[in-house]
Amino acid sequence: MKKKFKLQDLDCANCAAKMEEAIKKIDGVNDASMSFMTQKLTIDAADDRFEAIMDEVEKVCAKVEPDMKILR
Amino acid sequence: MNKKQKQMVWRIVIAFVMLVLIMVGEHTGMSDRIQPHALLALICLIPYLIIGYDILYKAGRNIRNGQVFDENFLMMIATFGAFGVGEYSEAVAVMLFYQVGELFQGYAVGKSRQSISDMMDICPEYANVEEDGVLAQVDPDDVEVGTIIVIKPGERIPLDGVVVEGESMIDTAALTGESVPRRASAGDTIISGCVNGSGTLKVRTTKEFDDSTVARILELVENASSKKAHVENFITRFAKYYTPIVTIGAVFLAVVPPAVLALTGAGSFGALLGTWLYRACTFLVISCPCALVISVPLGFFGGIGAASRIGVLVKGSNYLEAVAEVDTIVFDKTGTLTKGEFKVSEVLPAALGQEELLELAALGEGYSTHPIAASIRDAYGKTLDMERVANTEEISGHGIHTFIDGREVYLGNAKLMESLQIPFTKPDRAGTVVYIALAGEFAGTIVIADRVKEGAKEALAAMKQVGVKKTVMLTGDRKEAAESVAKELGIDEVHYELLPDDKVSKVEQLLAEEPPKARLAFVGDGINDAPVLTRADVGIAMGSMGSDAAIEAADVVLMDDDVRKIASVVRISRKTLHIVKQNIVFALAVKVLVLVLGATGYANMWAAVFADVGVSVLAILNSMRTLRMDQKNK
Repeated sequence: MKKKFKLQDLDCANCAAKMEEAIKKIDGVNDASMSFMTQKLTIDAADDRFEAIMDEVEKVCAKVEPDMKILR
Repeated sequence: MNKKQKQMVWRIVIAFVMLVLIMVGEHTGMSDRIQPHALLALICLIPYLIIGYDILYKAGRNIRNGQVFDENFLMMIATFGAFGVGEYSEAVAVMLFYQVGELFQGYAVGKSRQSISDMMDICPEYANVEEDGVLAQVDPDDVEVGTIIVIKPGERIPLDGVVVEGESMIDTAALTGESVPRRASAGDTIISGCVNGSGTLKVRTTKEFDDSTVARILELVENASSKKAHVENFITRFAKYYTPIVTIGAVFLAVVPPAVLALTGAGSFGALLGTWLYRACTFLVISCPCALVISVPLGFFGGIGAASRIGVLVKGSNYLEAVAEVDTIVFDKTGTLTKGEFKVSEVLPAALGQEELLELAALGEGYSTHPIAASIRDAYGKTLDMERVANTEEISGHGIHTFIDGREVYLGNAKLMESLQIPFTKPDRAGTVVYIALAGEFAGTIVIADRVKEGAKEALAAMKQVGVKKTVMLTGDRKEAAESVAKELGIDEVHYELLPDDKVSKVEQLLAEEPPKARLAFVGDGINDAPVLTRADVGIAMGSMGSDAAIEAADVVLMDDDVRKIASVVRISRKTLHIVKQNIVFALAVKVLVLVLGATGYANMWAAVFADVGVSVLAILNSMRTLRMDQKNK
């Protein structure tokens, strides 16, 4: 399943790249792309545990940029 | 400016004033009277904390999360280092300028993001639906297919539909870049995202919002930035190694040279350590690759924005990059270079006058619904007196047999003439030929040809001008028709009488002939050439205002089917890549230069701050030029 999320307070382009990298490494994530320009996260992950994966995505992102919020 | 930014401005102002006072103190020697020395450090700590407390906070937090090479952390170490070697005011200044740069950078990026999204502001906010005689504004998402909506003058069309009542001029500029409005009246299809002109329209919707043109285009444009170009991926990879390497370099610089120099007897290790520690700190300041990480995607984003401004959708940065490298463009003929409509191109009488022959043919074809018959009637133009025609019958696969003014007339192809054993001459012209026989005698021929699109010739000339080396046309048509079109348009290479499968293999063959760094683009109408569109390096399709097949299969979509835009897109993409490369070279050059000067002691921390945030800001400003490209290209 592919889903898009709006991001709030993503202030740093380098962090976006780091987070994208980290999200891609999460088990069950097929592909992810974080766009600093559009302030959006596109994520393609396994259907059955999508919510669980998203929780993990949030955790991973909080490590890099704790100020950013993923609007789910 | 948002609230956070305004707050930052105040912090900058306060810290700046304090810094000026401290520096005045230092220069007039007043600060020397402050004893003990540590008190001066404490005084400097006040503006330092005012301007940099959030950096310190973030640095601490990120370290806890295992983010070592974080820019906040590096700034903290660098300024602590400056404090450590006694450069108090410099520590404050570096932090201050770092924050100024960050603020400006954030502002500039926000601004350009805003201007791009304004440009793509085609999303309708509401639809007017009549409920119990009253107009209500409804979310376009909630409007069901078949609902009658009312579009008032000046409003954005919220959903695709068919006009049932009213007449207006529609401004399609936001979707196609076309500045001349088009007329819409009852029965016409209208597309969401366009702006209604002066008349009120009642429209029956034909699509739900999610399937409407505007929603699909928005999705495409938003997804475009997720398909990254090679250059972008290169920068991401580069950034991953750059920061650690520079940081390790800084550690090395702080320890090794003073140790070596102390061993060779050039001074005591303790005294040398101060100097080299300071130099190491300048390294740390330059270690963030921000200038590149921000400006490169911003450049591509702007380029895609500029293209969509002229009505060309590019589905990703990678395609924009590929378009810039195109040196061969392959065209499908019908629907791309020609209109796919038929028109009489020549009337060649053998016995009668031209007008007479055309009239005869028009009368003979008077009852036929075939497109060729229609084109003959159009060419004749006058009203037909069908009472002069009697006993018309169609001879399947051959033509028509009829009586006009009592005289026997045959109209049809060469096979018809052969079967009637009437001697005739074949015209040496491209197109479909209709032979006419009057009272058993050959009377002449009418040639019907597909028309070349307006602007196709200029389009090809413009492509050559922007540096496309080879143009190729593929068609299923006969040799004569293909060659005459190619000659008219000035196409380099023609392949005719191709079956759909042959087109794929032909394109594959052309791809194989391409030099390694060059790309091949295929331009088609998207209806039956999806396989070829996907096979080519860049598939360019005619969008005909939202045809599904084309938008799906292609990498680049020409919203108004205007092939002239191809040259513009090539120009935009080249310019975008040029700007992106400028930024990369500029940022790297300045950084390397300051690193070298810093290591040798010629550049101080001020220069390092410039190399970091200053370069970033300049690169962002440079990238913003991509946004304005379309105006020059129009």
